[in-house]
Amino acid sequence: MALDLDPKIPSGPLADKWDNHKFDLKLVNPNNRRKFTVLVVGTGLAGASAAASLGELGYNVKAFTYHDSPRRAHSIAAQGGINAAKNYRNDGDSVYRLFYDTIKGGDYRSREANVYRLAQVSGNIIDQCAAQGVPFAREYGGLLDNRSFGGAQVSRTFYARGQTGQQLLLGAYQALARQIRAGTVELHNRMEMQDVVVSDGRAQGITCRDLLTGEIVSFAGHAVLLCTGGYGNVYFLSTNAKACNVTATWRAHRHGAAFANPCFTQIHPTCIPPADEFQSKLTLMSESLRNDGRIWVPAQFDEQRSPGDIPESDRDYYLERKYPAFGNLVPRDVASRNSKTVVDEGRGVGPLKNGVYLDFSDAIERFGAETIKARYGNLFDMYERITGEDPYQVPMRIYPATHYTMGGLWVDYNLMTSIPGLFALGEANFSDHGANRLGASALMQGLADGYFVAPATVPGYLAGLLGTPVMDTSDPAFTQTVADSQSRIDQLMAVGGTRSPDHYHRELGKLVWDYCGMSRNRTGLEKALAEIPALREEFWSDVRVLGEANGFNQSLEKALRVSDFMEMAELKVADALQREESCGGHFREEHQTPEGEAQRDDENFAFVGAWEWGGPDVHNDAVLHKEPLEFENVQLTQRSYK
Amino acid sequence: MTKMLNLNLKVWRQDGPDSGGHFEEYSTTVADDASFLEMLDYVNEQLIADNREPIAFDHDCREGICGSCGLMINGQAHGPQKGTATCQLHMRKFNDGDHITIEPWRAAAFPIIKDLAVNRAAFDRIIESGGFITVNTGAAQDANETPVPKEAADAAMDAAACIGCGACVAACPNSAANLFTSAKIQHLNLLPQGQAERFQRTKAMVETMESFFGSCTNYGECQEACPKEISVDFIAMMNRDYTKSMLVNKRRLGERKVG
Repeated sequence: MALDLDPKIPSGPLADKWDNHKFDLKLVNPNNRRKFTVLVVGTGLAGASAAASLGELGYNVKAFTYHDSPRRAHSIAAQGGINAAKNYRNDGDSVYRLFYDTIKGGDYRSREANVYRLAQVSGNIIDQCAAQGVPFAREYGGLLDNRSFGGAQVSRTFYARGQTGQQLLLGAYQALARQIRAGTVELHNRMEMQDVVVSDGRAQGITCRDLLTGEIVSFAGHAVLLCTGGYGNVYFLSTNAKACNVTATWRAHRHGAAFANPCFTQIHPTCIPPADEFQSKLTLMSESLRNDGRIWVPAQFDEQRSPGDIPESDRDYYLERKYPAFGNLVPRDVASRNSKTVVDEGRGVGPLKNGVYLDFSDAIERFGAETIKARYGNLFDMYERITGEDPYQVPMRIYPATHYTMGGLWVDYNLMTSIPGLFALGEANFSDHGANRLGASALMQGLADGYFVAPATVPGYLAGLLGTPVMDTSDPAFTQTVADSQSRIDQLMAVGGTRSPDHYHRELGKLVWDYCGMSRNRTGLEKALAEIPALREEFWSDVRVLGEANGFNQSLEKALRVSDFMEMAELKVADALQREESCGGHFREEHQTPEGEAQRDDENFAFVGAWEWGGPDVHNDAVLHKEPLEFENVQLTQRSYK
Repeated sequence: MTKMLNLNLKVWRQDGPDSGGHFEEYSTTVADDASFLEMLDYVNEQLIADNREPIAFDHDCREGICGSCGLMINGQAHGPQKGTATCQLHMRKFNDGDHITIEPWRAAAFPIIKDLAVNRAAFDRIIESGGFITVNTGAAQDANETPVPKEAADAAMDAAACIGCGACVAACPNSAANLFTSAKIQHLNLLPQGQAERFQRTKAMVETMESFFGSCTNYGECQEACPKEISVDFIAMMNRDYTKSMLVNKRRLGERKVG
């Protein structure tokens, strides 16, 4: 099948595109909707909201999660908030400003039309969630409160203590539960997608592994929505939950869905630095902390004093010094890179000298400990539980960690991948954040896609299939895919090697972090391209998966996920190598301004890098396609937060 | 500074829901900076190296928010640290030479899947029976049209903080789910948006709860075990709303209260 990368951006003025497009999309008569089956994989913000909304419309929805309950998806861990262009603060916010901030924050590597639509529906998301009973923070008058986030000079972030993701996900989960009871949505929990079934040039279903019985099960549908999150766990150590994986999107990629901008990864500046070799994951401390915390390192290299004993004159508040306009609220990529610079210089703090201070003493003095506790109490408590240090007394230590992936499956304006009938929503697609995502925008995008975009665009696709039944799962297209999934499992179980899946995951993560992490260069990337295939080969000949395949087997689950990361990592590195520029979270050391900031090359790299799967020799077989990015409304400038 | 701890573990192993289980003993040495689950990861790596099947346990976010993890540690749900889920418990709370007994949640409504992993689907059934506000996507008014007094929003948030881990059930001598159910009910019942369905929600959720779980006799162990320190006050509020749901004339719920 030839790869069709037409973004299908509607014509007309930016502000009218979405309304015009919705009018142009075909509709499905309410009585016909139940004749369509839609498979929604993943029940995080994007998946739960899409499944619930499509169920409300009357479609026959099947929702899949590998968790025991839809409520456990990793959206739940988002802390800080969700952006919306409500302008409740009267500080000059507007749809256009949110659009502009997002395009600029993404370093001009996203599509104007998609981002504008995101800003347009942002206000509806807040309305919807408030109506569902999401307990957003309120002022004494009872109206909604806001806070500021990085990369913006307006206060547009809505929040629910430090648990905004949890509350938004519970809202979507409850809407989903209502549809499960109504019978429009059938829930399949502890069911992990293994593959997508493509036949007659369109997605017709999926195969899953029932995690309790080990059985490979087939499901047929008219459309498949992948709402399966990002690939941050390719680094092993990340802020992602342990089970987050790339399998669903990677398997789709292998069937012809283009994978876009895999090198774009967000390294979040405020995480707790690793403490020892047992470390299993990294913990994020919300970016909202940068509202009141000041980031600094000792000015001197061999500082031995404890932080409280270091006088102001011997501290370097490097973000405030270098970026007076935005100070501690510069975008995430800028904050992260600057932390790396000072730590690499040898000015890091903590026992392993692997962090920088995030200091609340000024804020505590100004507002009192009670106010700070009300704002960040749960984050401070979490910090103390993990590190054993009290952040009310000593500055927090933070360091960047992998947090979010802007790249993902290529989608058109309808969120459809290059496989007809296969859609990707939320973090699983590449569409809205360019090369860097602004804080509080992931929740916004997941819910925009799930509540408002897919429920309009998916029916536009389904309408063309009226009268077409779903494929019989006894069709060879299904039985062959089941056999393939089963043989991959049999192969893993049969290796009988010496090392655990986690061992290989750690090794892979270390490679990708060292050579394709916060900063990248040609030599390192080429080295990684040589080492990853060797590691993959070793994995397939030496991994040890114990237990039975036909039952609950967490080692096998891990091994299957790691096997896909082993391939995906290679494409990620290849993409970082081809992008001979620095932009957003992608920093190529060869391309920087004299001040050490990212140097874009708009002449040659203002495109979406969409990769087509070519074969088992991942990066040599893959084919790069370029979707040019056209900017009709925004002037491309060098980002400056000074 | 990091200290190394030598530990003796007694861990419940069970092949499946219908097979019998037994304790197995392991000794291990870990850093006190490690989390409790990192300690188990390490034990699992050792087991795999010895060609023995690793211990199955549910976990995911490791930030104390997804509610996947949950172990009985020396007989306490989520272990000795108050207000802390298993994944956020760190080994510095233990001493060198400690014996630690690790068991799954034990409740008839939470059948064991394998080793330390249990099936908590009954919680989802409670939510499906009424734990929502009926509002279709797109049907919402502007969010600031309905002011919510800050105290009410804060109280709703206190209830909504529940992570659905099941520690309340595991800690309860009766395996009652009243703390979970009341937190879910009161999150919505305390908000103006939740008023229209307040009494039918309460009735449906309480009755669904009772079809799976034991009865509350006010031990209060649930509140002590809750990693989010959710208050038993919500149980009292739920009981009040449940009683009212039997008495209230639902046709008159739209009337504005006078006096």
